Amino acid sequence: METQVTAQIHQATDALHTTSLISLVHIHKTYMMGDVEIHALRGISLNIQRGEFVAIMGTSGSGKSTTMNILGCLDKPTRGHYYLDGEDVSKLSRDELADIRNRKIGFVFQGFNLLSRTTALENVELPMLYLGLKPAERLKRATEALEIVGLSDRMHNMPNQLSGGQQQRVAIARSLVNHPAIILADEPTGNLDSRTSIEVMDVFQRLNEERGITIALVTHEHDIAQYTRRMVVFKDGKIRKDEPVGETRSAREELKNMPLIADEDDEEDDE
Amino acid sequence: MNLWGTFRIALRALSRNKLRSSLTMLGIIIGVGAVIAMVGIGQGASASIQAQISNLGNNMLIVFAGSSNTGGTRGGFGSGTTLLPEDITAIEQECSAVKAASPVVRANGQLVFGNQNWVASSGIQGTNEKFPEIRAWPMAAGEFFSEADVRNATRVCVIGKTVADNLFAGSDPVGQTLRVRNLPFRVLGVLSVKGQNQFGQDQDDTVLVPYTTAQKKMLNITHVQAAMVSAISAAATFTAEKQITDLLRQRHKLSGNQENDFTVRNLTDVAEAADQSSKIMTNLLASIAGVSLLVGGIGIMNIMLVSVTERTREIGIRMAIGARSGVIRRQFLIESITLSVVGGIFGVLVGVGASIIISKTLNWPTLISPVSIIASVVFSVLVGVGFGYYPARKAAALDPIEALRYE
Repeated sequence: METQVTAQIHQATDALHTTSLISLVHIHKTYMMGDVEIHALRGISLNIQRGEFVAIMGTSGSGKSTTMNILGCLDKPTRGHYYLDGEDVSKLSRDELADIRNRKIGFVFQGFNLLSRTTALENVELPMLYLGLKPAERLKRATEALEIVGLSDRMHNMPNQLSGGQQQRVAIARSLVNHPAIILADEPTGNLDSRTSIEVMDVFQRLNEERGITIALVTHEHDIAQYTRRMVVFKDGKIRKDEPVGETRSAREELKNMPLIADEDDEEDDE
Repeated sequence: MNLWGTFRIALRALSRNKLRSSLTMLGIIIGVGAVIAMVGIGQGASASIQAQISNLGNNMLIVFAGSSNTGGTRGGFGSGTTLLPEDITAIEQECSAVKAASPVVRANGQLVFGNQNWVASSGIQGTNEKFPEIRAWPMAAGEFFSEADVRNATRVCVIGKTVADNLFAGSDPVGQTLRVRNLPFRVLGVLSVKGQNQFGQDQDDTVLVPYTTAQKKMLNITHVQAAMVSAISAAATFTAEKQITDLLRQRHKLSGNQENDFTVRNLTDVAEAADQSSKIMTNLLASIAGVSLLVGGIGIMNIMLVSVTERTREIGIRMAIGARSGVIRRQFLIESITLSVVGGIFGVLVGVGASIIISKTLNWPTLISPVSIIASVVFSVLVGVGFGYYPARKAAALDPIEALRYE
């Protein structure tokens, strides 16, 4: 009886994951902390379609970071299946996951995570280096990506010569260059002041709207989640709420009405 | 990800921290440089001893006549009269380990040619026709005197280069007549240049005459003062020494407890010992230098381990954006190999430079062998692989999530 139900569920989800870009099916994740078993995720199912802009929310310990790690193929679920772009990636080897991360996923982190003493251009070229692209192609794509995030004039700057907002935009450019299926942004505005946060959200919104790029963004700030179009809220290892954002805020409109702070981008407000 | 790409990544990573990279290399530079300089000094010493050995002659032994004893006054080696030409012939014929032997009769005296006169510092030596073979001393011009000359005690001579220069000043001495102790001698030939012996004596400042001539026409004696003996091989010099001693004791009718009235000196023995000790010295110097190379290698490992820890976040970033573990491992391995190889190449330059400076300033002979250069470069590659492997493996084994979270 139970197996029949499970089979039915699997059929249903199979149908779903063929159309969804991302399909998490009954994901469990348990860690051993010494002798104590910690259930980080207790049966998560989540579908993300192409072109969506999703905010993943929750307090710390809610399971949102674990979900993010699994979505990013940095971690494997203990149980359950993860279909990314139609492929079940939940049982892949370490090296296969590295390749998936390289080709299908673009990461943007809270701490920017750029290589120090490396120019913006070289940072953006890095994923293509691991993909094995020719230098000419790398240069072309990196230049384009930096143009998209509005940093054409900062290509040869080192990270410590860039403001926090600029560094995050370099990181976004880096996440774009291998044309990933999805960009995963983990608290991308966590280290930025409010105006810079909105600027970064503007970049994400434009990528999503103008180029149809799928974005999943982890945040614990309700304000930031308002710039996305769907909110998934985690609590105690389960999805508590999954609903569209009623009235998505437009970062572009808000920036227009904001008083400009002179040369804010040139300040070295980080490190 | 091909190897060249990984190499580029490693090079960029190294160039991002130039000071540290060069300090790390310094360990290898000093190590390799020390090995090359030390081996250079050792082999230079060994080569100069080898040169002296071949300068001495062919596996040579010298037999001195015993000392004379006239009413309690002893005359020193060679002053005795018991060593006879027949003894020398017997040595050559009866000792199986002996290839050739020649009597030695020494005399002093003035040499005169035309209006030039000269006293040879290495004296007038009476020998037989075997001299060139025993001393491994070929002719530069003309020929050596023959067995017939020795048998007939003819007044012929062969002169060394120094004598030729001083008496004949540019003209050809061969065929000229030279006055030795006021007797006319025909010059048959000129010896090639031999140079100084290890005591600084000019061996080319000499005149050779048949020993019979020296005995009869100069000294009026029938005995000889010494003999030069050539053994069949370097190893056979010990056997030859024993055979000569036994033969001479028998010929001189010495009973069991009587002392030898002669002395046998094994020159090769001394030289071989010197050569041995210089080889031991070379090995010693090389191993001390090798230790410093090893320390340089440990330095690389140390720095690479620190570097892996310090760059944990960087490794996390690289893994997150798609670097496979193997690529990370190769990157760190290539970094350490690059450090050691570049260090090795600079080390070779430093080592060669140091050898040249040492030989110029201290006047020590140094010999830089390609083998020591190749060996130390190969060794430094091995150091890079050996000491880079563990840190590289450690880097590759990092968990990307942990690495990204690392502060």
